[in-house]
Amino acid sequence: MSTLNTDPNIDGPDDFYAKLLAVHEGRTKEQSDALNARLVLILCNHIGDPEVLDAALKLAADG
Amino acid sequence: MFQDRYTLAQKVYPYEKSPDQDKAEAVRHKVVVVGGGPIGIATALDLGEQGIPVLVLDDHEGIGMGSRAICFAKRCLEIADRYGCGEPMLDKGVVWNLGKVFHKDDKVFEFNLLPEEGHKYPAFINLQQPYFEQYMIERLRALQAAGAPIELRGKNRVDAVDDKGDHVVLDVMTPDGPYKVEADWLVACDGASSPVRAMLGEEFTGKVFQDSFLIADIKMRGDMKFPTERWFWFEPTHGQGASTLLHKQPDDVWRVDFQIGWDVDRKEELKEENIRRRLDAFLGPDVAYDMVWSSIYTFQCKRMERFRHGRIFFAGDAAHQVSPFGARGANSGMQDVDNLGWKLGLVINGKAPESLLDTYTEERVHGADENILNSTRSTDFITPKSEISKIFRDAVLSLAGKAKFARPLVNSGRLSVPCVYDGLSLNGPDAVVGGPERTRVGASMVDAPVDGKWLLEILGGEFQLMTIDADAPESLDVDGISVTRVALSAAGNPELAHRYLGDAGSAVYLMRPDQHVAARWERFDEAAIRQAVNIATGRA
Repeated sequence: MSTLNTDPNIDGPDDFYAKLLAVHEGRTKEQSDALNARLVLILCNHIGDPEVLDAALKLAADG
Repeated sequence: MFQDRYTLAQKVYPYEKSPDQDKAEAVRHKVVVVGGGPIGIATALDLGEQGIPVLVLDDHEGIGMGSRAICFAKRCLEIADRYGCGEPMLDKGVVWNLGKVFHKDDKVFEFNLLPEEGHKYPAFINLQQPYFEQYMIERLRALQAAGAPIELRGKNRVDAVDDKGDHVVLDVMTPDGPYKVEADWLVACDGASSPVRAMLGEEFTGKVFQDSFLIADIKMRGDMKFPTERWFWFEPTHGQGASTLLHKQPDDVWRVDFQIGWDVDRKEELKEENIRRRLDAFLGPDVAYDMVWSSIYTFQCKRMERFRHGRIFFAGDAAHQVSPFGARGANSGMQDVDNLGWKLGLVINGKAPESLLDTYTEERVHGADENILNSTRSTDFITPKSEISKIFRDAVLSLAGKAKFARPLVNSGRLSVPCVYDGLSLNGPDAVVGGPERTRVGASMVDAPVDGKWLLEILGGEFQLMTIDADAPESLDVDGISVTRVALSAAGNPELAHRYLGDAGSAVYLMRPDQHVAARWERFDEAAIRQAVNIATGRA
């Protein structure tokens, strides 16, 4: 069991952020919502570990 | 005075005047069952086989028309088998293993129930409810002919119940007018809108789902046949609703189920021309069929707080209701009866305290909650109740075709499996080191071929000690409850060894009459077994 990593973990944060926005470019709100939902599911599955997922859900829910 | 609420498929217990009706004093019966549906009849079979007198009162005279419940699960069939009527169900039923899930026009994936070898009954059969009921009533008639103390009275409607503390008084209406009946114990199997529940003023609380489903059972004409598979469409492009299910029944009948929304004009939707319009859009213009039965249903996930109220028990839909996704209605009702029957038998025979009967609520509420949880989750997937819930649902469906990980998230009904009474008060020790998880204490037994027979045919109906390569006396009397040994060996029975020994070299299982594991050890220990029998019967 591992814990949720909340330290910086992405090499090239600006590049990543730009790609995240780019993938939404030219999409309607509805298409973007759908894409985000797919992305959440893909990433959650990659993580898999229920404890990490619970911690991530909580961090996100607390806003 | 007597109006049928529904049409009969078969009149099997026509009204006959009972001598009880002319007596000045109400006649006392041991057990009265209200309702002659599958759960009421099962209760009569369970008690009748134990030799306990049981009277079934039904306000109709036979089996209701319409396919209704069509999917019967393994555990339900195993219970029916213990009552002696499982085999005709299996012979008549359609066995299926393959399911396909579609989103719009595309097949997203398919699943195979992949039946495990070495079980008498498959995971599911599809069978119209009237057949299920017919085979149970035929068995009831056979038991009666052999002298079992079962009585079935048609057109006997219970209008009032009064729990006097040590018995219940019933006002019963018949075509010849009213009479009174007394019962030591009453079992209400009178369906989702249970009149007995209403008479007690008991609440039935939970969630109502805002959607309705149109069932059309059709018989194909000519050579047109679909495969024996379960097909489920999310957002089908034929436009006839938000989902569609196609499933085979015996006699070349197909169940088509359209999800048509909450705000519908039921009368209009049920007109044959309107049903045919939907079916034609779904099947294409060239498919010829006859309509067999149709209905619109809405559903709810509800249960009573307690299933025992003094001398009155509730079983089946009267006690709890779930959405049909996952086949958890009739299937869980049969497990209620399986649970209540032996407990009531022991109490009536003076071998267990009345407090044992409270464990009926404990164990079956546990089962009902599991069913409600699963069926609510399926319902939330099939009929997403918020915008974001629909966004995620559609995201799962759009990923499931290309990414395997999303397939287990698709929920078109999680098919019924029996619940395990984990951590509940009748459980004894679980002391087989490395013993298989699925036959742990609280679980219902897993079938296995044993020396040319089926394990579940050998066990059940009484407390038994199943020994696998372990010594034990042939029988044990535990303060009036006899425990018979069933001696088995792992040699030549690999499935038995795999399902009951695991890593252990020997095992001793204490089995309840309902084929649930009460306790298990690696070796015989008389004091431990006596203690476990007392725990399992509410005497410790």
